[in-house]
Amino acid sequence: MAEFVAFLIAGVATGAIYALAAIGFTLVWQTSQTINFAQGEFVMLPAVLVLLAVKLLGAPLWLGALVGILAFILVFGVGFKVVVVDPMIRHGVLPLAIATMALSTIMKEGAKDGFSAEAQNFPSFVPTGTVEILGTAVSLQHVAIIVVALAAIGLLQWFVGGTRLGRQMQATAQNPTVARILGIPVERMVLLTFVINAALAVVASVLISPLYLAKFSNGETIGLFAFIAAIVGGFNQVRGALVGGLLIGVVDSLAAAYVSTQYRLAVPLILLVAIILLKPEGLMGRKEERRI
Amino acid sequence: MSAPATASAARPASRSRLRDGALLALVLGAAILWFAPAGMGRYGTYVLSLWLVMSIAVMGLNLTLGYAGQTSLAQAAFMGLGAYATAILTTTYGVNWYAAFALSGLLTFCIGILLGFPALRVRTHYLAFVTLAFSTLIWLLLRNEQWLTGGVFGIANIKRPVFFGLRLDGALAFHRFLVAVTLILALALWWLVRSPWGRAFMALRENPVRAASLGVDTRAYTLLAFAIGSAYGGFAGALYAPLVEFIDPSPFSLSQSLFLLLMVVAGGSGYLLGPFIGALLGVVLPEWLRFAGSLYLIIFASIVLMLLIICPQGVSGLAERGWQALRRGRPAGGAP
Repeated sequence: MAEFVAFLIAGVATGAIYALAAIGFTLVWQTSQTINFAQGEFVMLPAVLVLLAVKLLGAPLWLGALVGILAFILVFGVGFKVVVVDPMIRHGVLPLAIATMALSTIMKEGAKDGFSAEAQNFPSFVPTGTVEILGTAVSLQHVAIIVVALAAIGLLQWFVGGTRLGRQMQATAQNPTVARILGIPVERMVLLTFVINAALAVVASVLISPLYLAKFSNGETIGLFAFIAAIVGGFNQVRGALVGGLLIGVVDSLAAAYVSTQYRLAVPLILLVAIILLKPEGLMGRKEERRI
Repeated sequence: MSAPATASAARPASRSRLRDGALLALVLGAAILWFAPAGMGRYGTYVLSLWLVMSIAVMGLNLTLGYAGQTSLAQAAFMGLGAYATAILTTTYGVNWYAAFALSGLLTFCIGILLGFPALRVRTHYLAFVTLAFSTLIWLLLRNEQWLTGGVFGIANIKRPVFFGLRLDGALAFHRFLVAVTLILALALWWLVRSPWGRAFMALRENPVRAASLGVDTRAYTLLAFAIGSAYGGFAGALYAPLVEFIDPSPFSLSQSLFLLLMVVAGGSGYLLGPFIGALLGVVLPEWLRFAGSLYLIIFASIVLMLLIICPQGVSGLAERGWQALRRGRPAGGAP
């Protein structure tokens, strides 16, 4: 039982990371039909940039973190939208999706050649240690991930539902034409979702890297699981991405413990195929009407 | 050449001339490649052969992406299935290579149907996600099922086929065999695209709703395009295994599938010769640009990204644009 609780909490922690990535993924999809295949690399890169800034500038960690994170948000929030998405959106969903695949290769290989092919330690902002929960020793790191990630998601939900700006963004996601008629600056709202996506990726990166270390190939699994989370939860729903992310994290963790370590990756993939077969709109999603 | 040809009639004629130009280029290219390796040495010949094999895989993906408008992220996995099936059948069971080749194609075709059938129930890009999952699953199987695949140690000593008593062990002989097989497969695809089936594939890509309302069974055709494209992946694998004579799971990973997809786009999706150009950029060019080393992947991906932004039809599209600009530049009535 104690063992089960430990696996469950570890699963919720990694699931919270997948949820952060999946929420950014669905946000960007909603406002600009971008299927971002580089989403995993978006989570991998901020940690690498922070370490790179520390190394190159010889700066203290806080300054390096500031520089790395700001550079990331500027390049992969604003720059990604202006340079890649804007000129490509008129060509349709498919070329844009392929462009993000090219981008993911550039980011991954860039991190490998420009930074390091080896995994590097990434400092944690919480002390190592454990706390007792339900008679189980739980790593403080996991607790911190869960608390911070859920706080970030809560903040986002409050922003989207509770503020004027957030509701404008939501309106843009639901119907850009009507939003424009109502005087909402649609372009700026779309840009905002890209910045939020980059910011969520930064949060995920800073949270997961102390555990997984900063490595160029980290994005592969995170990206895959973020897609699965988004689809399982419902492609068009922030709430769905949250549920999907947590579910995938827990399933993955329990599969590693009780199924097989070699095939742990296979269990979430089978879950994905099952969802596509049985409930293609996702667990939380609504059936979409087909428009001509 | 006939003077009274009207403008409306001239357009389809020039298009079909373009297609026939592609066919001519195909046959001419095969003839050049038949003799090309003379004096290139073993390694140069190997690179050319590898180019042909990858072109076959990219051709299949081009059918799925360029003609049917579906994304498959598992072409390298299909290639792996074909390569492993051929390697296991020929080394362990002593099956004739030709039978193994056919079985590899059949296997990947059937798996394509099985994968595509559920995925294509939903129109949005679910095939991409299903193939993404499939690609990872295959990679896990290849790596973990040691009793069958040799795990990370792979399978060695894969024999090359014999052509009517003629041994193809030499680099040049096998290269020529590959030229012939590639030409046959490319011609088959050329025929397929021109046939009513091919027209249906293209109607699907251009406007699925209109195609459906014209009575095209969109789901069946998309499924068929994907399955045939996957079978080409299997064929490429069946040729890849005897070419390199040793296989392990690494060239069949998800990132390799993405790389193949980028090759389709770079060459020009929906163009007959596109896959050859794409594979040239992806496979042969890095050999010439040895000094770039591992940076080559970044350079290649950046080229693709720029191409997508400037001209989503890839190099073939750029060439076509350039050709049209040239023609327009000439004085009116100057056409032969």
